[in-house]
Amino acid sequence: MTRVLIVGAGPAGIRAAERLVGAGLRPVVVDEGARAGGQIYRRPPDGFIRPPQQLYGSDAGKARALHALFDAMAAAGQVDYRPQSSVHAIRDGVAHVAATRIPYDRLILATGATDRLVPVDGWQRAGVFSLGAAQIALKAQGVAIGRQIVLAGSGPLLTLVAAQLLAAGAGVAAVLDTSPLAAQVQGGIGMALARPTVTARGLAMRARLGRLYHAGVRLERITDDALHWRDAGGRAQVTECDAVALGWHLRAETQLADLAGARFAWSDTWAQWLPVADQMGRAGRGLYLAGDGLRILGADGAEVAGALAASACLDDLGIATPDTRALLRRARRLTRFAAAMARAFPWPGAQLDALPDTAVLCRCEGITLGQMRAAADHGGPEANRVKSLGRIGMGRCQGRYCQLAAADLIARHAGLAPRDVGRLRGQPPVRPVPIGALLDD
Amino acid sequence: MSGQLVRLAETGRAPVAFRFDGQDMTGLLGDTVLTAILLGTGSLRPAEFGPERRAGFCLMGACQDCWIWAEDGSRLRACSTPVAAGMRLLSTAPERWPA
Repeated sequence: MTRVLIVGAGPAGIRAAERLVGAGLRPVVVDEGARAGGQIYRRPPDGFIRPPQQLYGSDAGKARALHALFDAMAAAGQVDYRPQSSVHAIRDGVAHVAATRIPYDRLILATGATDRLVPVDGWQRAGVFSLGAAQIALKAQGVAIGRQIVLAGSGPLLTLVAAQLLAAGAGVAAVLDTSPLAAQVQGGIGMALARPTVTARGLAMRARLGRLYHAGVRLERITDDALHWRDAGGRAQVTECDAVALGWHLRAETQLADLAGARFAWSDTWAQWLPVADQMGRAGRGLYLAGDGLRILGADGAEVAGALAASACLDDLGIATPDTRALLRRARRLTRFAAAMARAFPWPGAQLDALPDTAVLCRCEGITLGQMRAAADHGGPEANRVKSLGRIGMGRCQGRYCQLAAADLIARHAGLAPRDVGRLRGQPPVRPVPIGALLDD
Repeated sequence: MSGQLVRLAETGRAPVAFRFDGQDMTGLLGDTVLTAILLGTGSLRPAEFGPERRAGFCLMGACQDCWIWAEDGSRLRACSTPVAAGMRLLSTAPERWPA
């Protein structure tokens, strides 16, 4: 039987598995989570009792359906499910999971996304988390990240996490959005045209934040007990807090796609490098991509993309698949929505311009902006050279949380566009792995 | 000091006793190590490259900020490891490491 490997058991990976199983294949599904669902539909451990409606809100039905679908496939042995497993390397048709090797004929990567971060002076302190982390803490553990929380950044998650924390009884001190209202109105029109109900739901959620919410802000620095910022009128503001959650929309998790040979192109819409694939997700010989790791379309888009990638895989194997025209139409509509959303919540360039040389850019190794600029001056404004000289992107997170900001800062420093400073190449291991796992040959 | 995290829900689970930097602490069954520690204290570990302390960042296994130690010299990622009864955890490497 053809060996198909799916990496990731979020909405994209689950829908891909469903389609392969429907065609009589038995894919291997490797996932980092303890239970399938991915991050957005992440499930708490056994013994937690809040119902799906409380965890996933209006998307509870979708979450339940995906969980039930995957659990049924796993229980029936229709998928070879490997939970709590990380692929750290891919080479020559073999995926490496610590000391385990998984050879495959076809590879479907559904690796999702992380928060997209830009540095804020002081963000290396304990008590500063990503927005996604604030949501995971609440959803999967039933905890708030602090007593007086400031949520800051931009993107759909900002409003969503704030609303979820308030509903759960957490102390939210402020919700600070770097996107100006004008950009939100402009993008919002496109969002409403593509998905009126979803857009209305977001607006209602925003309205519930009331006076906690401020648009068009600039974050200046985080101290032990406060966040310093400027409001849309440029006035200095200080909000006392004991926790900060930061995030600017999402960053596609593409390191495995890189190792598997995908090509990349700079996307102005999403302000990041994204893998190149056809509309079905074909990204190379036997390589298929789906979900936020390919295009930041969110959970609904990931379900569609997972089904499409599996269909492409089956098609290439000469196995008949259900008609995909309706899925492709839906994917196009979700893409219009996502592109409008990206315009509504843009990359916070002005904030980067104001960062001091002493601000930490790489949280892993405490490398400052000044050190990065010195490396760029010494070796030239190219991302991989700055990495070699200044270690930006070489720390334990492998550049996940600094590389987009670093590239933009290098570009601003040199007067170039971000695409002109190049893309950090992924390097194995993309996750930490014990040395012992690498020594057996 | 008080903890970084605040428990808002899911309080009916069984207690789990463990040690962190020699102090007795108690979590609940299903807590991650990160949750269990940060409910009782403000951070997980010192930073290696700066004066500040660290308390994790992404909580989804991507940033690797929350790796801490066990007294036996092994390491674990606090955000993705469930707390277990009798764990003996450290914010820094044990004194005689490497053995």
